Amino acid sequence: MSADVAVVGFAQSPVRVRDDATTSGVEMLVPIFAEVFRATGLNRRDIGFWCSGSSDYLAGRAFSFVSAVDAIGAVPPAMESHVEMDAAWALYEAWAKVLTGEAEIALAYGFGKSSGAELRRVLALQLDPYLVAPLWPDSVSVAALQARLGLEAGRWTEKDMAEVAARSRAAARSNPDAQVSGPVTAAELLARPYVAEPLRAHDCAPVGDGAAVVIIASAARARELCERPAWISGFAHQVDSGSLGARDLLAVPSAAGAASAARAGSVELAELHAPFSHQELLLREALGLGEGVAVNPSGGALCGNPMFAAGLARIGLAARAVMSGRVSRALGHATSGPALQQNLVCVLSGEAS
Amino acid sequence: MKQPAAVLGVGQTRHRSKRTDVSIAGLCREAADRAVASAGLALADVDAVVVGKAPDLFEGVMMPELYLADALGAVGKPLLRVHTAGSVGGATGIVATSLVQAGLHRRVLALAFEKQSESNAMWALSIAPPFSIPVVAGAGGYFAPHIRAYIRRSGAPPHIGALVAVKDRRNGALNPYAHLQQGDITLEKVLASPMLWDPVRYDETCPSSDGACAVVIGDSDAAAAAPGPVAWPRRCAASRPCSRVRTTSTRPRAGSAWRRCGGRPASPTRWTRSTWPRSTCRSPGTSRCGWRTSASLLPGKAGG
Repeated sequence: MSADVAVVGFAQSPVRVRDDATTSGVEMLVPIFAEVFRATGLNRRDIGFWCSGSSDYLAGRAFSFVSAVDAIGAVPPAMESHVEMDAAWALYEAWAKVLTGEAEIALAYGFGKSSGAELRRVLALQLDPYLVAPLWPDSVSVAALQARLGLEAGRWTEKDMAEVAARSRAAARSNPDAQVSGPVTAAELLARPYVAEPLRAHDCAPVGDGAAVVIIASAARARELCERPAWISGFAHQVDSGSLGARDLLAVPSAAGAASAARAGSVELAELHAPFSHQELLLREALGLGEGVAVNPSGGALCGNPMFAAGLARIGLAARAVMSGRVSRALGHATSGPALQQNLVCVLSGEAS
Repeated sequence: MKQPAAVLGVGQTRHRSKRTDVSIAGLCREAADRAVASAGLALADVDAVVVGKAPDLFEGVMMPELYLADALGAVGKPLLRVHTAGSVGGATGIVATSLVQAGLHRRVLALAFEKQSESNAMWALSIAPPFSIPVVAGAGGYFAPHIRAYIRRSGAPPHIGALVAVKDRRNGALNPYAHLQQGDITLEKVLASPMLWDPVRYDETCPSSDGACAVVIGDSDAAAAAPGPVAWPRRCAASRPCSRVRTTSTRPRAGSAWRRCGGRPASPTRWTRSTWPRSTCRSPGTSRCGWRTSASLLPGKAGG
């Protein structure tokens, strides 16, 4: 049943600190809507269901996503929904809508102007509002606790973390949308200062603004829209406890559970949403990715992490690898919440089931 | 292929201005427990959870579903967070229904809440973002111009909004969960209440409430196993126009969603003097409210 729906189009904006873009997302969305419609031959009247992902706290105002709807156009009124999550979960809602048969073609988009405020402090407000958030443990510090636990448990070294960053930056040289890229060695990175010990700047995703859009279609429409659709063979997500003290921060059961539910075995390529270098190591293990899997050929979130769009972009990039014929089976992953609390896995295949 | 979906159970808290006896998690758990109990289930029987809440600034918690995962029994399960502005309570039910209709889950818990006493709703709606017209007066400041435009265009008489308030407050007095219990409210009292955002008076606005509501949606097997009667949603739809359109911003969205649910297109309401209601609400519990509308008069003829 689940292979009856395929990704047929993807576009993303370059990840940059955008002084010309407001927090409404419209300036970043209009060009990528045009790009994905040009590539698929569709127009907005063909879209049966729209779903977006974004955050009021990132935009600094209530109901911020309503302004982004201006990028869709006013007439005709669209069947539309919104999640206060990364747009990978908007794609999940859209996928369910296509499975019900209520829409044949659906579009998911996400946007985030992460540079509008001090992101790591904004994300502290995701924690328990009574006992934890008043202490302002920012997102980098929480990730640093997780990295420290792994170092002390012998799960990785600072050099392992730097090698993830160096490999990601080298890969990102072929990705014009990346915010950070370039040749650098792990030794060079390790000579740089800490941001929040044991994390250095290269261990943390850069703060950048961006947007992404993915179009999916039912089997009846996918083949006419795309020469080689990326069929969704599995799509699942799970959440772990919201209490940092109640979680084993070195296990990611929600990622493992989502991978199992999405039947994520034997992929050739994986785009992982790991905003911190050590989290790629945790995710590789939780998702059961072996040595032969190409991980983050785009450079991953360490080279560009537009909040609320980066997870959807991972799925879009994995789908693009399938649609171009480079691989026959790929995985896109998204995360949300502090220290990999919530995880989503989408498996894409060149063959319909 | 769409699978049938049914509402198996419903639970809600009493809505009050301040629930200082519980946290946000405690408030939500109260509604969730009541919903699963009314479906003859436990939280462990639920396969997925959908949380609806808008906007985050009302409690001052960013994406509170992350912190609520434990209280809602969602750990190890799929958890979706819906935010569609003021429509979010209904949209949460629609998303949960879609998940069952898509064949993804057997039983889904949908829960929506607000605990406005944790923060300040007027402040949350009074931010002046760059490149936008600052309203700085809460939701009423935003909606009042739309209401004035509607009255001007339709010729609605000035007491119509007050009549809606009287009807809803009297109906609310029959609902033990309702925040405001004003069974003796009259048109005169509403019209004598202070003007907040012309033409919206104090008694014509909703209160700021603490409360939560949850429903359990299940597939046909789950419905067959339910201990009591279930309700089958026939069609669900939600749509939204661009934020600024020439006519009222509510009509296109209601109209299109209504048609998707199989309703007949409605003509714009025009008010004439002969159709003005002569009486206010009847006694609580009766269905007639004593007012009628006339449809599709030509623009310019309305208003007498």
